Amino acid sequence: MNQAALNPAAAPVIEVTNLVTYYGDRRILDEIDLQVERGEIHVVMGGSGSGKSTLLRHLLSLNRPASGEIRLFGEAVNHLSARALHRLRQRIGVSFQGGALFNSLNVEENVAFPLREHTRLDDNTIRIMARMKLEVVNLAGFGQLMPAQLSGGMIKRAALARAIVMDPQLLFFDEPSAGLDPVVSADLDELILRLRDAMGVTIVVVTHELESAFRIADRITVLDKGKILITATTDEVKQCDNPRVQNLLNRRTEEITVDADEYLQRLTDDLNGL
Amino acid sequence: MTSLVRFIEQTGRSSLTALEEIGYHAALFSESLYWLLAGPFLGQPVRLPTIAAEMMKIGVLALPVVALLSFSNGVMMAIQGIATLQEFDAESQVVPGIAYSVTREFGVLIAAIVVAGRSGSAIAARIGSMQMSQEVDALRVMGIEPVRHLVAPILFAMLLMMPVLTLFADTAALIGGGLYTGIVLKLSLSTFIDRCFDTLALYDLMQGLLKSLVFGVLISLIACANGFSVSGGAEGLGRATTRSVVLSIAAIVVADMIFTYFLNR
Repeated sequence: MNQAALNPAAAPVIEVTNLVTYYGDRRILDEIDLQVERGEIHVVMGGSGSGKSTLLRHLLSLNRPASGEIRLFGEAVNHLSARALHRLRQRIGVSFQGGALFNSLNVEENVAFPLREHTRLDDNTIRIMARMKLEVVNLAGFGQLMPAQLSGGMIKRAALARAIVMDPQLLFFDEPSAGLDPVVSADLDELILRLRDAMGVTIVVVTHELESAFRIADRITVLDKGKILITATTDEVKQCDNPRVQNLLNRRTEEITVDADEYLQRLTDDLNGL
Repeated sequence: MTSLVRFIEQTGRSSLTALEEIGYHAALFSESLYWLLAGPFLGQPVRLPTIAAEMMKIGVLALPVVALLSFSNGVMMAIQGIATLQEFDAESQVVPGIAYSVTREFGVLIAAIVVAGRSGSAIAARIGSMQMSQEVDALRVMGIEPVRHLVAPILFAMLLMMPVLTLFADTAALIGGGLYTGIVLKLSLSTFIDRCFDTLALYDLMQGLLKSLVFGVLISLIACANGFSVSGGAEGLGRATTRSVVLSIAAIVVADMIFTYFLNR
């Protein structure tokens, strides 16, 4: 047993310190420090290109950082062996933006898939557990459909059912409301809140949807151009006087100052004979 | 001067990319072998139903095409053989000619090219679309190694089915050649087969079978590697699929040449 497990109240579930990453020469994330407490719904919010998807990939250890450290449940994921990482990942559920359901399997088989791979339960138990999770996300009776036959909202809910089938302690949600109409999106928000109350799971949501973010979040981290502008409760974020946060909240575009010489330079940069 | 520098730079860069790619294939190969051998002891075995499904797709479903192509190829060789050997009044020597070239070369080559075309493209497309829809990421974050789940069963099925397909192709080609020779030279099929068995040694068959294993590995690795490397949407997927087929067939033919050189000196 490690320290974090002995002292659950104090240790954050996710602890990111000084994370820096590059894409080619471009700095995508710049000195990110982030803590997600046990049992909270933490929303990472930012516009396109803010680096929020990259941050998520790092939290899932799908990308390796240039420098900095990420700890999940107190364990530094960069230094884990492959087996330890496999075990750690069984305590985590992820619902991807497009669902990422396995197209060759029907909905029930998709939900049952992690159980089949990681447990030795018999077939009937696995199917019952998969159906229970489908009940939780209001997809009872749709188990035999193939992913291609589902609507956008159903795909998200099926992906959620698969993410929670191993009863994870930490749940990641990538853009839950992307591509959904407001009603379906609100349904999904309710579902996320209900899950946290029922399972006591820590939830990290990455989104650009303001409305949904403020409805579900306990705390919000606002990311802009690879830097964290603020991490605070929803009210504090609303009252924050940082102009870039306010721009994001009020959907104002950033004013870009144009320097005439630089502008000309950009236009003619790589042309010959000028 | 600048163009020369650019040329050297370009050559260096593409050589590096090629080396990197070869390294990636080698890593994929060793990792798949690792999971096939060690997986059961780590509680992460390569699943038998998955292997069986791959064997069905790679091997069984390819049988009709392999049969047709090999049979035609056998007939073709008989026609050419008889026509050429007639000039020397040696048309009866067509039987050992067909027997040798089919078992050592053409059986395995046809089987491999059919598999490269059918399964090489299908595998690259399947893994590529899984990569695009984040299904590969989903496997990874579930704690399921994509190589174990996707590549290892393909490699294993390929290693089992390629020799089978090769033997099948050998048989079909010999029957094709035998039938044509029988009609033209008034040789019964059973005499043809008897004379085939007289000429053929186990070594000839083994040559084809050994090569079939190598080709199977090449096709699996090239197809899977191209699948995983898909980026850039539907166009990228199409490019990876095409690339997988072209590269597999090229690799097969070149590897065949190298093997034939060393096995027949």
